[in-house]
Amino acid sequence: MSNAQTQQPEWLLEVSGVKKAFGPVVALKHAEFRLRPGSIHALCGGNGAGKSTFLSILMGFIRPDAGDILIRGERCDFFHPRDALKAGIAIVQQELSAIPDLTVAENIWLGREPKRFGFVDFTTLNQRTKVLMDELDFQIDATEKMRNLSVAEQQLVEIAKALSHANADVIIMDEPTSAIGEEDAQKIFQTITRLAAKGKGIIYVSHRLSEIFQIADSYSIFRDGTYIHEGNIADITREQLIEHIIGGEYDSEFAKFNQPGTEVMMEVKNLRWKNKIKDISLSLKRGEILGIYGLVGSGRSEFLDLIFGIKHADSGTIRLGDKTLARHSPKESINTGIAYVTEDRKETGLVLCRSVGENINVSSFAQISRGGFISEKQEKVRTEAMIKRFNVKTLDGDQIVGNLSGGNQQKVVLGRWALLDPEVLLLDEPTRGIDVGAKKEIYAFMSEFALKNKGIIMVSSELSEIIGMSDRILVFRDGELAGEVSAADATQTRLMKLAV
Amino acid sequence: MNGTQTLTSRVSFFARNKSRMHKYGIVIAFFVLCLIVSLIGEYQVSQGAWSSNYFLSNENMLIVLRQVSINGILAIGMTFVIITAGVDLSVGSVLALSGIVAARFATNNAGLAIGDTANAVLMPLIIALGIGIVCGLINGTVLARFRLQPFIVTMGMLSAARGMAMLTTDGNPVSQLNSDFRWLGNGYIAEIPVPVIIFAVLFGLAWLVLNKTIFGRHVYAVGGNPKSARTSGINVLKIKVLVYTLCGCLAGVAGLILTARTGSAQTNAGAGYELDAIAAVVIGGTSMAGGVGTLVGTLFGVLIIGVMNNGLDLLGVQSYYQQIIKGVLIVIAVLLDPSRKQQRD
Repeated sequence: MSNAQTQQPEWLLEVSGVKKAFGPVVALKHAEFRLRPGSIHALCGGNGAGKSTFLSILMGFIRPDAGDILIRGERCDFFHPRDALKAGIAIVQQELSAIPDLTVAENIWLGREPKRFGFVDFTTLNQRTKVLMDELDFQIDATEKMRNLSVAEQQLVEIAKALSHANADVIIMDEPTSAIGEEDAQKIFQTITRLAAKGKGIIYVSHRLSEIFQIADSYSIFRDGTYIHEGNIADITREQLIEHIIGGEYDSEFAKFNQPGTEVMMEVKNLRWKNKIKDISLSLKRGEILGIYGLVGSGRSEFLDLIFGIKHADSGTIRLGDKTLARHSPKESINTGIAYVTEDRKETGLVLCRSVGENINVSSFAQISRGGFISEKQEKVRTEAMIKRFNVKTLDGDQIVGNLSGGNQQKVVLGRWALLDPEVLLLDEPTRGIDVGAKKEIYAFMSEFALKNKGIIMVSSELSEIIGMSDRILVFRDGELAGEVSAADATQTRLMKLAV
Repeated sequence: MNGTQTLTSRVSFFARNKSRMHKYGIVIAFFVLCLIVSLIGEYQVSQGAWSSNYFLSNENMLIVLRQVSINGILAIGMTFVIITAGVDLSVGSVLALSGIVAARFATNNAGLAIGDTANAVLMPLIIALGIGIVCGLINGTVLARFRLQPFIVTMGMLSAARGMAMLTTDGNPVSQLNSDFRWLGNGYIAEIPVPVIIFAVLFGLAWLVLNKTIFGRHVYAVGGNPKSARTSGINVLKIKVLVYTLCGCLAGVAGLILTARTGSAQTNAGAGYELDAIAAVVIGGTSMAGGVGTLVGTLFGVLIIGVMNNGLDLLGVQSYYQQIIKGVLIVIAVLLDPSRKQQRD
């Protein structure tokens, strides 16, 4: 509280020279950051750039070893997350943490409920929530149960919760759109823009560069724990930003070098499932990357689940080569030559508490076993080969997969399937939450895979990715095929129009 | 990547290194316990209460080992089950049912010729294993097929199997067992009690299965994340059924040995044994949340409970106190287990 200012300071938040090491590991070498009131400032950097450590320091979860944090020109020292909240820093969490059976109001004020004679004062609680929602212009009923809200609405409640702490001036948005579709993301962007217009400072973290260019006005780049550069979004191109993030030259974001063939390798006919998938047929050619685009709820993920046998179709046929799959298990799919990278690697892709090696080998143990006994030597060789092949950043194959970053976890999933050498690869949001460098590696793998005369079906809600990587794009809408667009004719507007 | 995640990953970074310590920690805990018991023994010798430190004698060591064999065999199966994030509450009852039915084929008037070792041992063995396998198969199939909580299904079996055990003999014990059969519980091979040898062999086999086979890896994967296991091409239902069947089968073996050891099969035998088996597994560092755990940990868990019971017996501590001490120990063991922190709140 030393240097009291009389006039409105230029910077809402000023951070300089912040360092943090965990034992011998230096997570943050030198962090600089400046945020103006009313600014939406993108914090960019790959996995391991130090962003998370930096944000943890801002939120008071960890204390820096050195450096200054100034809020409105006043020096702050956070010992506890509540100190940061008090100083006016709020965060909108990446993962939704709502309790489904409580109401919107109860969730927002959880642990801080207004009380009367020791009981929760629901009248005041709901009144307060209504005022907050009106202020933010959110059309959400305070007394609605969380479970009845859409994911996007839940995300809005998270934002309201962050802002319910008195005088939150700095709002950290950590991947706020990672769980929602394009259309809902627009709603969030409107809210963010409105908040900025009210003079709040927004720190926006996202791996989706198109979002950054859409809503941010300025940016800071971190790389290898060090602040690199800051500037205005208007003064930089997408390619330049990527080059700063990865710290090298970048030819093209999408490493696409496959050519679709003519022979049809897989055919799906008249697939139906409950009221989610209504009569969908498609064919996949050898050497082709087939993109599926659609909004959340269009049935795109369910469609892949049906092909892989996680769900069973009510009717319709799936044919791969001369084999027909019906009411099949994932195991049968794998044996037929289908592999599936699911949307949520933590929930349905990996066994987080087990090692990198086990996760890589789990589907192909049969190839390296005799009488059920695994050759540990071969297991190790194969693990190391895949770690090298996909450039997985891990000490060795014995590390627990849950401790790896998102991009590296995704590479472990790819490594598992690469060992099986499947014919068809199903990808659901293959690059969600993954940094640009790792994205490019995954794209290169996709092209290489298709180049071997195999086929890929990729579901993605990132338009640039769908257009950049697919040979042909199918658009799903409400469980139906809304249209087919060739890669050459695809534009973002055209796909969006078909999807909504 | 957000702040809390970073924090958790930091925590688990330390937990990971600590869990290595825990691997040896339980061994250290075991030897510290032995040291304490023997020091108290020495003190008693110096006070003239004993002529020598009985705890450390070979005789007592073998007694301890024989005492822990039954819980040890149950705990092997329980380790598999708990690694799949399940639990089997029925092992005590299944033990009693297999013991009592097997005993009926091993009585002196079961038509066995004297010296007919093969039939005296083989027939009850097949019966006991068979009953254990069937009970486990029912547990596994019902809970996996209908996606029920293992706690509920095996609690049902706990009651049902006990009822069947009582029904078999109208609640009466089966005694006057053939001496060849009793050798399974009382006999020695090269001065080592037969139950100890059976336990050791089963432990070795189970260790190989859990650590060296595809099945073993699949058990860990199913416990760690059943959805991911399924996507990886694992038949989750099959693994669960097999694991409970294995657990039931081992309960059958334990029932056989207990019956042979006590010389009669009681309908209330093994009541509460499931809790000792679970305690051993948990003290051994296996997470009830599934996906994490070792058989070596379980072995030391079994030994710690055994030595504690034995030591307290030798010190003349009332068995009521022993139960209290055991209860406190279980909670402390889990409290000190650093891998516990890996589970997010």
